[in-house]
Amino acid sequence: MNYRVLYFASLRDRAGMDAEQINSLATDARGLYSELRARHGFTMGEERLRVAINGAFAQWGQTLHEGDEVVFIPPVSGG
Amino acid sequence: MTAFRISAEPIDPAALARSLVHARAGACATFEGLVRDHNDGRAVQRLDYQAYAPLAQSEGERIIDEAREKFAIVEACCVHRAGALAIGDLAVWVGVSAAHRGAAFDACRYIIDEVKKRVPIWKNEHYADGESGWLHPDNTPVV
Repeated sequence: MNYRVLYFASLRDRAGMDAEQINSLATDARGLYSELRARHGFTMGEERLRVAINGAFAQWGQTLHEGDEVVFIPPVSGG
Repeated sequence: MTAFRISAEPIDPAALARSLVHARAGACATFEGLVRDHNDGRAVQRLDYQAYAPLAQSEGERIIDEAREKFAIVEACCVHRAGALAIGDLAVWVGVSAAHRGAAFDACRYIIDEVKKRVPIWKNEHYADGESGWLHPDNTPVV
């Protein structure tokens, strides 16, 4: 299925892009991150990230659908 | 005006404070977060804030709603900057009005603490030695 993935902060630096369109066999965010981690060499494990699907925080095991926007959220540091 | 905003433009605290004025409010507490020139023993020259805007917006509004439920307040507002900031710039502003000072202080503290914990905004510090780095909530570097 096709997903749109947005990158922020250290993940953006590592991926070298703000966003990408991904065709993947992954059916949940966990599987998708695992695939992208291998592709881009992300060092952060899932336990240090949160995930958002279509603009809302979600569970790692939530089923993804065609066209979903997925964002892996590194530890935040606003303020 | 929405109670929480990400702003690419400088924050005007006086204008925001005026939005909190109400006949029922006998107290107004505000917090200003400023860009400082050092972190963890390193000299900081400037910083950039990146935000995942749609989620930052909804999570920020959720925090303000929680503050309204937890504390007896009248108005509350928070604005966080995005983009490039210099030393001394206002990075985040929180203001709360309430009938009495206790709720105003408590809600103001709650909002800034939760924003720092939960809202998808990231700070990239640029150091005097030319390096830069994304930070964690506890201000240690992201490896």
